[in-house]
Amino acid sequence: MAYALQQLINGVTLGMIYGLIAVGYTMVYGIIGMINFAHGDIFMVGAFLSLIALTGLAGFGITAVPLALALTLIFAAALAALYGWTVERVAYRPLRGSFRLAPLISAIGMSITLQNFVQVAQGARVKPMEPLLPGGIQIMKADDFAVQLSWMQIAIVITTLVVLSIFTWLVTRTSLGRSMRACEQDLKMAGLLGIDTDRTISLTFVTGAALAAVAGLLFLLYYGVIDFFIGFIAGVKAFTAAVLGGIGSLPGAVLGGLAIGLIETFWSAYFSVAYKDVAAFSILIIVLIFMPTGILGRADVEKV
Amino acid sequence: MSERPPLRAGLRDAFLSALVALGLFGPIVGLVTEPGERGLILVPHFGTVAALVAAVFVGRLLILSWRVVRPAGTPTPRALAEWLTRAGRYVAPVLLVVAFLLPLSGERYYLDLGILVMTYVMLGWGLNIVVGLAGLLDLGYVAFYAVGAYSYAIISTTFGLGFWTCLPIAGALAALWGILLGFPVLRLRGDYLAIVTLAFGEIIRIVINNWVSLTNGPNGISGIPRPTFFGLTFDMSGGPGTFSGFFGLEPTPTHRVAFLYYVILGLALLTNWVTLRIRRQPLGRAWEALREDEIACRSLGINITTTKLTAFAMGAMFGGFAGAFFATRQAFVSPESFTFIESAIVLAIVVLGGLGSQLGVALAALVLIGLPEQFRELQEYRMLIFGIALVVIMVLRPRGLVSGRMPTATLGKGEPHEIDADLVAEGRG
Repeated sequence: MAYALQQLINGVTLGMIYGLIAVGYTMVYGIIGMINFAHGDIFMVGAFLSLIALTGLAGFGITAVPLALALTLIFAAALAALYGWTVERVAYRPLRGSFRLAPLISAIGMSITLQNFVQVAQGARVKPMEPLLPGGIQIMKADDFAVQLSWMQIAIVITTLVVLSIFTWLVTRTSLGRSMRACEQDLKMAGLLGIDTDRTISLTFVTGAALAAVAGLLFLLYYGVIDFFIGFIAGVKAFTAAVLGGIGSLPGAVLGGLAIGLIETFWSAYFSVAYKDVAAFSILIIVLIFMPTGILGRADVEKV
Repeated sequence: MSERPPLRAGLRDAFLSALVALGLFGPIVGLVTEPGERGLILVPHFGTVAALVAAVFVGRLLILSWRVVRPAGTPTPRALAEWLTRAGRYVAPVLLVVAFLLPLSGERYYLDLGILVMTYVMLGWGLNIVVGLAGLLDLGYVAFYAVGAYSYAIISTTFGLGFWTCLPIAGALAALWGILLGFPVLRLRGDYLAIVTLAFGEIIRIVINNWVSLTNGPNGISGIPRPTFFGLTFDMSGGPGTFSGFFGLEPTPTHRVAFLYYVILGLALLTNWVTLRIRRQPLGRAWEALREDEIACRSLGINITTTKLTAFAMGAMFGGFAGAFFATRQAFVSPESFTFIESAIVLAIVVLGGLGSQLGVALAALVLIGLPEQFRELQEYRMLIFGIALVVIMVLRPRGLVSGRMPTATLGKGEPHEIDADLVAEGRG
């Protein structure tokens, strides 16, 4: 029981990170109907930007944790947003309206480019970081097993909730959010009604990249070690989360992220750590085959 | 030349690009995290950043001025490709003759490069059946390559069977896996199909990595037997049972390499021949119809299930052959050789070649595999350049190198005319 509770805590923490990445996938898929293959790598870039910022801040002697975290979050989100904007501008916008494989190949090319760019620039070795917030609180103790809720996990959950609240406000209350939702429903019609669709799509990439960067920061804090390859697996899992929640649905993406995080954690705890990625990938396959609209998605009507 | 270049606007644009470049490269390139005495430290590399930003500024200015001053007669990529399509008639036989005569050079380096390129040509032609003809986007093609390689490796090392006995078995097993994958994904399309096949490819790799009792895990399988020439080995002893002994030649390792080269050339040409033949048959036409419009295809009474499954099985089989060849050539297989990046490279070859074009795939393999090999010194920059090249090529020529396609059937007696790629929905199969 205690063991399961511990896994539940770990799973929710991991799920929050996946959910943040999944939002970026689901927004882009909702609006322009493409899998932004480079999104996982934007997440990786965000993690590296966070690492650089935290190292730099420590070098300047700024060690107050809340201040350091807030500065890092703003720095990483802003620059990752710039990456998202550039990727869309350079690799996807020229291909809008082209045949459907073109943007996907371009996205794969961008993913390879970002991965190798970071490898060349920052080195191929893994980057370990000392834990920023050691310790935690013990919730309960049973059968010699102590259930730990670390400060880090609390920080991750709070950060995610705050960021997602801001994001929800952005989508539901602002004119930008209204444009985004309009473009998601019908891109052409939105354009006819005077919405600058190019700008809206750009800003969608910017928002998604900023959220991915937050996920990168949280990933760095949680695991304490990153390398240039983390984006691929995390990206596929987050995409799975987006599909599981129903692609195009923002609450669905977060829900799917939580589900994937929990499944992965419980699978590793009770079955096999070596096959944990197989679990996530199998869920992707099963969901797509039996429930292609996901939990909160709409059925896609095919027109001839 | 029209009017004077709007210099001020151009400079402003280039300045903004440089500013963006500063934001992109500043921290990631300029502040390198290195292990220090206590945790990580930042090592500044501001010189590199300055060079990159300057390069972006100048590059942007050059692109802008090129747009203004470009003379009307300069061949654009499109015109170049049209020329290539017309020249294709002559290019293909020339390439074939060069391919056959390559071992006469006797240079070990060219033979190894030739084997590498031909392997990718074969993989490209195999995937072309699935993606180019049937229009099923497969991002996990490397799974079948892995199944073929491991089938041969395990069967030959366990039962002591030779390459030529195992080759059909490896192909059949890969085809079986193709059907096994094909069944569940029959209903999926486009990007969803792509992501499921990607997941499938990763699952196969993870299983190979962890099923130590069968595959020896990350250590891989070594000591895989080399192929024989009608029972003659390529031993260096020069005895009666060896190739050199039988033909009375001086034993040299070049014989074996040249033989391997001809094996992969033969396998690749077999793939090409089978594809070309099937395209003229009902099955091939059903594939192409499926790619253009699945609903129309179904309305006309084509059995979608068998059409898709045959495409998966056929593509997987050739992938399996290529895998078996890979195993015998290396004499060693490990899961590292079957990562997602391989699938991406093969798919890039197919799309760059122009979906469905056999010649295009061969040319694309030469460009994407042969050229980077020339830049071996650039080791760590090789994949970076590959990724950038992929984006640039897609942006400049989303339809691939060889666009335009001969219709397989025409109305009336007239000569079939070539159709431009932009006029058909999906590809030019």
